[in-house]
Amino acid sequence: MAIRINGSDVAVPDDARVSLLDLLREGLHLTGTKVGCNQGACGACTVLIDGQRVLSCLTLAAQADGRSVTTIEGLGSGSDLHPLQVAFIEHDGFQCGYCTPGQICAAAAMLREVEAGIPSYVTADLAAERLTLSREEVRERMSGNLCRCGAHNGIVEAILRVAAEHAA
Amino acid sequence: MTPISYSRATSVAEAGRLADGAGARLLGGGTNLVDLMRKGVERPSRLVDVSGLSDAIELARSGSLVIGAAARNSAVAAHPLVRQRYPMLARAILAGASAQIRNMATVGGNLMQRTRCLYFADVAGSRCNKREPGSGCDAVGGFNRYHAVLGTSPACIAAHPSDMCVALAALDARVQVSGPGGDRMIPLVDFHRLPGDRPDRDTVLDPGEVIVAVELPASPFAGRSAYRKVRDRSSYAFALVSVAAGLTMREGRIEEVAIAFGGIAPKPWRASRAEAVLRGGPAAGAAFAAAADAELADAAPLAGNAFKLALTRRTLEAVLSELTGGSL
Ligand SMILES: Cc1cc2nc3c(=O)[nH]c(=O)nc-3n(C[C@H](O)[C@H](O)[C@H](O)COP(=O)(O)OP(=O)(O)OC[C@H]3O[C@@H](n4cnc5c(N)ncnc54)[C@H](O)[C@@H]3O)c2cc1C
Ligand code: FES
Ligand code: FES
Repeated sequence: MAIRINGSDVAVPDDARVSLLDLLREGLHLTGTKVGCNQGACGACTVLIDGQRVLSCLTLAAQADGRSVTTIEGLGSGSDLHPLQVAFIEHDGFQCGYCTPGQICAAAAMLREVEAGIPSYVTADLAAERLTLSREEVRERMSGNLCRCGAHNGIVEAILRVAAEHAA
Repeated sequence: MTPISYSRATSVAEAGRLADGAGARLLGGGTNLVDLMRKGVERPSRLVDVSGLSDAIELARSGSLVIGAAARNSAVAAHPLVRQRYPMLARAILAGASAQIRNMATVGGNLMQRTRCLYFADVAGSRCNKREPGSGCDAVGGFNRYHAVLGTSPACIAAHPSDMCVALAALDARVQVSGPGGDRMIPLVDFHRLPGDRPDRDTVLDPGEVIVAVELPASPFAGRSAYRKVRDRSSYAFALVSVAAGLTMREGRIEEVAIAFGGIAPKPWRASRAEAVLRGGPAAGAAFAAAADAELADAAPLAGNAFKLALTRRTLEAVLSELTGGSL
């Protein structure tokens, strides 16, 4: 009974009601992951499970048993920033910063989805194998992460920059 | 939340056994159930995680595509066969929720998700016949912008929230279920119930029954199909109205056609009356309008949602016009 969190094994809480979000923040003091709505509506609590973006507020810790969780702390740290973190700083991808860990976790997974050729609601040709990441595509694919400060333009800019560097 | 036990089912039979009994609930991705538990709408004492059951997406010998109930919504939408043969379904799934939620949500859970009626979710402050049979309905005289205009009853006007199920209704999908009484196959259009005087019962599933898979018969509509969703913001919102439609043309006339609506009824709404008007007829604006009129003839709009009649009509006309090659 263990969840691998940022590379370390953590015991699954005895109380099955504990969400992954509460385990991270209250149990492990990994407070990079934020509590926004606690009901699936804002994306602030986004983390990666086995590389896929999910909402930790609607995931019971027990559901993550045997799986691998990556939080913002596992993506990058002060001395070793993730390329998305660098780009968010350079392009003003945040103001208060509350939504930022969720935005960055979501964006990291989203770039891999695009690489895998996974379409979105705004992709014109669903059968196409190669995708171009337009501004419209980024906005649709990141719509699960709200930003109350309205830093969206910077967020989209930062993500497009990292995608372009990746492709180059 | 009250204390709960959690276990993982390793087979359908085990899931059925564990879930048979008061207080037990199957758990898919948890995106609906965990939320409703936190709000106090659902108070299970035992969770049986069925997300480890079959998530396979495979062609059967019959030519049908069989999708395991544990398949994640994102995996269904991304599957090459779904994108090629059932683009309407891929598009409907991609129109729903967010990428995070679609990664978590299972097909079984999507079929069983409860209404998003605000009064249903408001345990402390509102009356709701779906949550508490016989207590009354605060939506009828309240804020009902998001509620249904077709198939409602005096007891309940809640709309069914799923996008995926609307496409499944148009595609003649069948739901494979397994339970204490054996296995059965339920047409998707008969799977969800109209509220009548029992709005607490959303579906025809019996206690102890488990959804095993969804089956899609081969579809003639891959070439001309669409899912259009109209909502209060351009993404990450439930439908005010949605239309799933597919058709085939022959010598300038509509040959076969399938249409289903979301957002306007207590269940994914197969528009058989509209289809009957269109089948064999010309691809013309007047026919599209007549089809919408036929389907909406029995609508029972309320103060907050009467706008949905015009919105449904226009959305249907726009989709049909697009699919038949014109512009309206
Ligand atoms: C913020 C937000 C926005 C959303 N927006 C949309 C939207 O725009 N469009 C849309 O369509 N949906 C939307 N959804 C809803 C989402 O699609 C559903 O919550 C999801 O599909 C439920 O799947 P799940 O596997 O997480 O179900 P769970 O929450 O795990 O379960 C839901 C129900 O299904 C039952 N169940 C699960 N598996 C089975 C099975 N195999 N057999 C029998 N019963 C089973 C459970 O017992 C439970 O009662 C949204 C959700 C949220 C939180
Ligand atoms: S806190 Fe999880 S989505 Fe808002
Ligand atoms: S930066 Fe403040 S909420 Fe996004």
